[in-house]
Amino acid sequence: MENLMQGVMEKVKTWARINSPWAIHYNSGSCNGCDIEILATLTPRYDVERFGIKLQGSPRHADVLICTGPVTLQSRDRLVRIYEQMPEPKFVVAVGSCGISGGVFQGCYNVVGDISEVIPVNVYIPGCPPRPEAIIHGVVELLKSLQP
Amino acid sequence: MEPKTAPEKFIVPIGPQHPALKEPGHFEFTVEGEVVTNATARLGFVHRGMEKGAENRTWVQDLYLMERVCGICSHVHALAFSLGVEKLAGVQAPPRAQAIRELVSELERIHSHLLWLGVAAHEGGFDTLFMFSWRDRETVMDLLETISGNRVNYSANVLGGVKIDINEKQADAIRKGMDFLEERTQHYLKVVTEDETFLGRTRNIGVMTYEQADFLGAIGPTGRASGVKRDVRVDSPYTAYSDFPVNLVTHTHGDLEARFIVRIKELYESYRLVRELVDKMPAGELTVKVPRRIPEGEVISRVEAPRGELLYFLKSNGSDKPERVKVRTPSLCNWSSVLVTAVGHNLADMPMILAGIDPCFSCNDRVVTVNRKTDSTQMDWEDLRQYGIEYYK
Repeated sequence: MENLMQGVMEKVKTWARINSPWAIHYNSGSCNGCDIEILATLTPRYDVERFGIKLQGSPRHADVLICTGPVTLQSRDRLVRIYEQMPEPKFVVAVGSCGISGGVFQGCYNVVGDISEVIPVNVYIPGCPPRPEAIIHGVVELLKSLQP
Repeated sequence: MEPKTAPEKFIVPIGPQHPALKEPGHFEFTVEGEVVTNATARLGFVHRGMEKGAENRTWVQDLYLMERVCGICSHVHALAFSLGVEKLAGVQAPPRAQAIRELVSELERIHSHLLWLGVAAHEGGFDTLFMFSWRDRETVMDLLETISGNRVNYSANVLGGVKIDINEKQADAIRKGMDFLEERTQHYLKVVTEDETFLGRTRNIGVMTYEQADFLGAIGPTGRASGVKRDVRVDSPYTAYSDFPVNLVTHTHGDLEARFIVRIKELYESYRLVRELVDKMPAGELTVKVPRRIPEGEVISRVEAPRGELLYFLKSNGSDKPERVKVRTPSLCNWSSVLVTAVGHNLADMPMILAGIDPCFSCNDRVVTVNRKTDSTQMDWEDLRQYGIEYYK
């Protein structure tokens, strides 16, 4: 009986998670280009809130961490801390070329590298910066992969 | 237990990850009850070392690196850099290229000011205005995409000119877009000057007098809202600004309302300029040839970014790579004005005051030395670099 209840609960949780993922955004050294495109996905033309995606203020309430930019030495510890504050299960989306490879900032003395060098990444969205449609597509792909 | 007589200091830390601003910055506000008595900022979370990085890349590669100093005002960075390089090489871009450069600058100013209007309204809890202004901002984003192919980093500049051209179809789209935006902007001006609830958050909040603004070196719309008559487009016209001049917009109150009004009135100026530019676009070539190796020399180039004066210092040693690139961005000049005007206001007003200067972290995070009253140290570039390396070890 207990096993059955647990199974049902898991199903309900997955259903809820796919239908209403809460996201948190952290800029670990980006040029702002990706950040304004992420904001644009929230505003009327693209409006991701219709899919239940909501930008959250606190890492403790978030399911998805949306990262932009290469990781600088200063923000590395902060990025790890935010990741560790998020409750399980958690997913990371790296937005932009810099988050994938360091982009144009490769080799700068204060840049550690891409996001996957610091925390595990689930979805990469390429582009400099990616269009809002691409960002929405990336998040949808992430949600698809959660389907049991 | 004895009751404490002396009031204790209470510090509210904000950041670097916080819901109000989308970029990392750490602030500490000392409060007494609700009133802020002291404010400090810690920046540098997005310091990437681009100036040093620029020395390892060629002049052409640097153009694309410098465009990514800031994603919001990417065109002006590339513009200031290429104007400097052209001055060093002793060439001048053709008139049509200069006009297209000014056109993209003004379109970028429209996108940046509408973006700011939305973000500042969001900080004040007025999300309707945020959503409306960002919806209308998509119009100018579409125009930028039509003429350059990208929504944010347009890459319009090359050394010696531009690589995009305007045809009649695009010019028509631009005219239509400007008509739509002008109508919407009239509505926004009405909202920020007449809406009682919103005026409660902006009128007489964050007041900076002319003397303060002058002393603290406030520039751009932040300074102009306090009556500082400074605008590079007027003082030393670059590109086509001498043929298509811009009228200076200033205000005397220096509060948040004045900053809203100045930026919105600058939008009108930009609409007028964009229309004039597409109507009277000079014909001709788009580029001139620039040598791969830039002759030895030093140059300073100044342009007016949406946030204020942007200054580039370039030094060449005659090779295909720059010897030194120094960037001074407008947000950095405006920070001290925020920390001073914040004192004496309620904690709830802080997000609005912070947003009032239109802060941009990614472009101002570079090395700064602070001269305190008790100890003041002077460090040259080499010392600073060494200090940075030691500090991060």
